Amino acid sequence: MDFLNSLMDQLSTAYELLAAGWGLQLLWGIGWTLAVTAVSMMIGAMLGSLVAAAKLSQRGGLRFIGESYTTVFRGEPELLVIYLFYYGGTQILTGVARSTGSIGSTDILNMPSFLGGVLAVGIISGAYQAEVFRGSFLAIHRGELEAARAYGMSAWLRFRLVIMPQVLRLAVPGLGNVWQLTIKDSALISVTGVAELMLTANKAARSTHHSLLFYTVAGILYLVMTSISTPIFDKAERYTSRSFLRPK
Amino acid sequence: MDYNFYLSTMWSVLKALPLTLEIWFFGIAFGLIIATGLTWLRASGSKFGEYFTRAYVFVFRGSPLLVQLYLIYFGLSQFDFVRHSPILWPILRDPMYCTIVAMALNTAAYESEIFRGALRAVPVGQIEAAKAFGMSAFTRFRLVTLPIALRLALPAYSTEIILMTKATALASMVTIMEMMGTAQKIQHDTFRPIEVLTCAGVIYLLLNLSIARLFAWVEYLLSPHLRPAPEQSQQIKPVPEVL
Amino acid sequence: MTSSRWIALAAVALTCSTPALAKDWKTVTVAMEGSYAPWNQTDASGKIVGFEVDILNDVCARAKLECKIQAQDWDGVIPGLTAGKFDIVMDGMSITEERMKTIDFSIPYASSPVAFLADKNGPLAQMSNSGKMIDLSKDDAESKAALDTLRKELTGKNLGLQVSTTEATFADKYLKDVANVHEYKTTDEHDLDLMAGRLDVAFADTTYFLGTLAKPDAKDLEFVGPQFKGGPILGPGIGAAFRKTDKDLQDIYNKALKAALDDGSVSKYSMQWFKIDITK
Repeated sequence: MDFLNSLMDQLSTAYELLAAGWGLQLLWGIGWTLAVTAVSMMIGAMLGSLVAAAKLSQRGGLRFIGESYTTVFRGEPELLVIYLFYYGGTQILTGVARSTGSIGSTDILNMPSFLGGVLAVGIISGAYQAEVFRGSFLAIHRGELEAARAYGMSAWLRFRLVIMPQVLRLAVPGLGNVWQLTIKDSALISVTGVAELMLTANKAARSTHHSLLFYTVAGILYLVMTSISTPIFDKAERYTSRSFLRPK
Repeated sequence: MDYNFYLSTMWSVLKALPLTLEIWFFGIAFGLIIATGLTWLRASGSKFGEYFTRAYVFVFRGSPLLVQLYLIYFGLSQFDFVRHSPILWPILRDPMYCTIVAMALNTAAYESEIFRGALRAVPVGQIEAAKAFGMSAFTRFRLVTLPIALRLALPAYSTEIILMTKATALASMVTIMEMMGTAQKIQHDTFRPIEVLTCAGVIYLLLNLSIARLFAWVEYLLSPHLRPAPEQSQQIKPVPEVL
Repeated sequence: MTSSRWIALAAVALTCSTPALAKDWKTVTVAMEGSYAPWNQTDASGKIVGFEVDILNDVCARAKLECKIQAQDWDGVIPGLTAGKFDIVMDGMSITEERMKTIDFSIPYASSPVAFLADKNGPLAQMSNSGKMIDLSKDDAESKAALDTLRKELTGKNLGLQVSTTEATFADKYLKDVANVHEYKTTDEHDLDLMAGRLDVAFADTTYFLGTLAKPDAKDLEFVGPQFKGGPILGPGIGAAFRKTDKDLQDIYNKALKAALDDGSVSKYSMQWFKIDITK
């Protein structure tokens, strides 16, 4: 009975705190999280396809670069990569801009937190996406590529008509996994100050001393985000495979 | 090139390596125990077992490890009954144990899925043959299913273990001075973040490469049947005459 | 890439970057933690308010600057400042020689000694020298004796503090080998752990603890042991931080700050937020 009373108390405090403004801030946090994840995935897609191509190439040198990229960025702690890009990015930008005279020699070209964080997570997700794309490419039937070559298709035509559609279709499940992974990595961008969900939950927990409430709510919101993506990716998979599925 | 600085930084970070390895090892060990329990629960066929493990995997794979860590460390300590409990508090009091618990719970979710996939991938024919031999369920499990499943699970499991080394870096968010925390402290004191973090990055890279190499060796040891037979180079001795 | 491509890249980056290049100072970005009550704290609507916010608004009005406040975690303030992410840092930062190697400070607008907070019923409730203020800049027998007693009484105890603070440097110098020092990312975290019983004592600015004690769930906590101020580690006071290259901004700020100190505005804000005048 006592437990129920205290539970009701906790729930009403929770409601008060959330309604007072923290709830809205958490929702904004979700918005930022999704923005970070989306942009990171796009950067990762560009990098990942390049690296996958490098790993599949005939040239040993390119393969080595590709393998180093995936080994390093899947192996380093995400926190480290994010800090590196956040602090190092400004140094690089400043150096480049100063040497070309675009800015004065004592000026600083700032790396915005969002950009630095997104680049870091983008590069990390790129490493995972490279593996997905590479696996999808290897799963394409060899015969199709041979037939395309036999037709005299140029490399670009082969890519446009045979490779790309197939890779996109086969990569959807893997990319769904990477999307969920990237949502979770975005929580670490909280160290750069981007007002995404984790940072907002931290601020709320620390200033109100109600850690359990806010971390539980944050956890639930992350679960909502990752679970909503599952049916969306399932739909995408069915859509891209529509010529391969038997009618129900 | 400030070699002295790089070397002294790397040395300071390396001194924290035992702590990182401790977190990593116990996180994996307890994670394995929990994952085994979950897999057994799932394979037992009960409805409760299935729903519980599915919910568990959903929660622990769907939320970031950082949230889980903060919940366990800060969230649970809010409760009086946790603080006064003679069993829970000695564990939850220590940031080290909290991190290990969080990591174990998290990795168990991924590992139980790996094990589940490996169990399903055991060729049905082998199990049928074992049944035909009249093996009991336990013998079948011990002699057929388990060895094959372990071998099938090993690549994915080793990937998961390597990913755990990255997770140890999160311990720095709850006051533990493992490698990431040490690197951060040096960075604060010297205001040279890029150099310090690159040094730490090199050490993490070497750590991961060593672990990956170790697991590649274990896989090699466990799969003699997948390798080509050794050359029959030695002379075949003639059978001695038996009269 | 041709130089025109570099310029294009820089131009794109410029449009996304905060105005860290303004030489004629019209707008400045100021970094605050937003979770260091009552110096700066975030209210439920997300706005940052506090003692330093009031000072900043006053100074900016006097200096005819437009000041924007940006929340930044404590352990990123100095690197962020030198990297150009913001122009000023106001976050209860003590003026110390170590920090002055990298950044410049304004004239001090407050003094805040450091103190220990512990549970009333805990093992450290009876620490010696309770309530005494030890000035380390004197470096006399009294301060030495106080430090020795401190080291003895904190042996084996769990001490919590925030990373990268003067308290952390103090603990590194005097307490690292005797006490179990735990470094937290924020002050709230060590408060939470002190209340949970993971720590025997927390170590932070006196003024910060005044804010902590005002909260209802801190009713079992009290100040214990001596307070320390001054000396090379703790510094002469709290000031705003600037990049070394921004001497002109420092002049503008100091002029306005001096005016605010002289006519008592800062004391007024201090009374409002701390109930005591910490400019002395």
